[in-house]
Amino acid sequence: MADYYFRFSLGQRFQHGLLVLSFLGLVGTGMPLRYNQAGWAIWLSHTLGGFGVMGFFHRTFAILLTLCFLAHLGEVAHRFLLRRERGVFWGPDSLVPQPNDWREFWQHVKWFLSLGPRPAFGRFTYWEKFDYWAVFWGMGIIGCSGYVLWFHNFFSRLLPGWIFNVALVLHGEEALLAMGFIFTIHFFNSHLRPEKFPMDLVIFTGRVSEEEFRQERPLEYERRRREGLLDALKTDAPPRWMKNFSRIIGTIAVSIGILLFVLIIYSLLTEKWSPVGKPTTLSSTPAGRNPEQEPPAKAGDRVEGSG
Amino acid sequence: MNSLIEGNSHVSLCKSLTLVASVLFLSVVFSLPVVFGSQSLSNEVCLSCHSVPGLENERRGKKISLTVDPQRFSQSVHALLPCTVCHSDISQVPHAADLKPVQCAQCHGQAAADYQTSVHGSAQLNGDRDAATCSDCHGKHDIMKAAHPESKVYPLQLPYTCGACHGDPALAKKHNIPVANAYKLYMDSIHGRALEKSGLLVAANCTSCHGSHRILPQANPQSTVNRRSVPETCGKCHAGVLKIFENSVHGKGFAAKKPEAPVCIDCHTAHEIKRIDLDVWKLEIVRECGTCHAQSLRTYRDSFHGQVTALGFTRVARCSDCHGSHDVLPKADPRSSVNANRIVATCQRCHPLANANFAKYDPHADPADHARNPVLYFTARFMTGLLFGVFVFFGLHTALWAARPLIASVRKRFTSGRRGEGEKNG
Repeated sequence: MADYYFRFSLGQRFQHGLLVLSFLGLVGTGMPLRYNQAGWAIWLSHTLGGFGVMGFFHRTFAILLTLCFLAHLGEVAHRFLLRRERGVFWGPDSLVPQPNDWREFWQHVKWFLSLGPRPAFGRFTYWEKFDYWAVFWGMGIIGCSGYVLWFHNFFSRLLPGWIFNVALVLHGEEALLAMGFIFTIHFFNSHLRPEKFPMDLVIFTGRVSEEEFRQERPLEYERRRREGLLDALKTDAPPRWMKNFSRIIGTIAVSIGILLFVLIIYSLLTEKWSPVGKPTTLSSTPAGRNPEQEPPAKAGDRVEGSG
Repeated sequence: MNSLIEGNSHVSLCKSLTLVASVLFLSVVFSLPVVFGSQSLSNEVCLSCHSVPGLENERRGKKISLTVDPQRFSQSVHALLPCTVCHSDISQVPHAADLKPVQCAQCHGQAAADYQTSVHGSAQLNGDRDAATCSDCHGKHDIMKAAHPESKVYPLQLPYTCGACHGDPALAKKHNIPVANAYKLYMDSIHGRALEKSGLLVAANCTSCHGSHRILPQANPQSTVNRRSVPETCGKCHAGVLKIFENSVHGKGFAAKKPEAPVCIDCHTAHEIKRIDLDVWKLEIVRECGTCHAQSLRTYRDSFHGQVTALGFTRVARCSDCHGSHDVLPKADPRSSVNANRIVATCQRCHPLANANFAKYDPHADPADHARNPVLYFTARFMTGLLFGVFVFFGLHTALWAARPLIASVRKRFTSGRRGEGEKNG
């Protein structure tokens, strides 16, 4: 039986799970507000129980995500300050962009074009680092603007009112960016690309096989072997229940994400032609509206009865 | 019989002048047979034939009933009149098959004169046989006083009477009537429901706005429903609103004859006027304001208020919550609810903790307007650039990655082909 190695700790997997849950929740309860002209948005907002309920869950998921973010910051601080892991901020184990990321990026593009071999990656590739920092940046922007909008009475004592205009634009645009990025680029880079299709279970099981490890991240494998740290990561193959559970959760999350993305793209494309929303019911005749646009069959049956 | 009634009237003369009047009227009426020279025919004689059910004749291709229900006729306002008063070309029985049309005008001169100038009357003059005549609205042998609940023109019955024609879209199309089914729209309106469901006699019915005998086309400046007359017509009942409207920016504009100034029907519509506490109205009126104030609606839709109402919820501020409705005034007017000295109070109606800082929020901010809010403008620009940059960069990256197997195979074929050529040439 092949050897397996830990790539993500239980805590990291849990953080990702929390991120998935809260992010999908936030997109699902927030996007209907932004794409309010779309039928699906109206349907969803009413199905969820109205904008009050939607707002309640949006704020609940926001707190969840904030806690997740704080837990992550805590973990980083703990590793850096207490466990003195200097490698958190620099080096092969760090998520901080480094010169070799540029080199790997360039080699990777050449590999796409069949102009060179596939680069040897380390623990984190450049696109994984971008994913990480994009979420980090997004948390800051969306989180801050979100809390400013939530506690508008408090912030209106500190900041001029037009800050809410700015916050709403930031919140909405950054949400669109995050949503678009996660549901397309991240899904592809991590799950849907040819080498991983349909899904990379590592973020759920935390384990990679030795073969996968050596192939995917030869630099890290070699380094750990050289430093004798490989055996510390050794583990069993993920049990079947864990793999199946991961597949179910992953499929649901990816499907919801892609569905939301398709709906939003559809709204974006149709929105352009009707920026003011639905055509108004006022007709050109000043005596009244165009009755053809009336909702049908309301009181019409009286006509026959009275005639 | 004549003298008998007169005798009775002498008894009650001191009580009621109207009775005298009615007696005089009846005296005239009973002398009419003498005037028209048809003394000999009593109604019993006519009814001996015409009470038989199923009597029919054909005129202009249309079947018309010749049966008169003696019971209904005896209850009608004309019950005491001899048949020959209206059917004046009959002096003996049997009478000719084709009779002259009944001339209501011989008694109802004013009503007939009004009718002649009306849209119905002039259509009839022009040969349009679909246009309503006296009998279409009032009936024939069963005409009741307008105040009688069974009258076809009793307020609670009138819409059905008008609706017989004005509830037929085919007829409206044929005669170029702009509102295809006024009846249906009206019955669903606050006026129609008040009339139909609550039986409110004061609820506006068709004639309240259009008049009765002298209904004029809406385009006619003398029409009660002409644009210039609408506020006055609605104001007959809604006097308080009219007064407020006259002081508003819309009312001032109307008085100054500005063509773009709205009148009542522009916001409330003419026939399908809704209750203002219904969600459907609350949401629709926002779009209605936007038909003139398009830019304001667009920027409103960008705000939280506008987003929530667009989804169909009404708990957040709509146009009228800040600007007022009938009393809407320009921002520069000190009495305006959005004037700088009143804006905080206006915000506080929903946001009790609002302060002057809070009120600096721009409910109609435009991210594309640099002059209005430069910070917002540059924020929006930056975000658009960021989105564009990220998606173009990673879009390409992803596309190349996804296409790698294809690129590899194409490249392989290309290079092997070239090598093959080289070998041949060599």
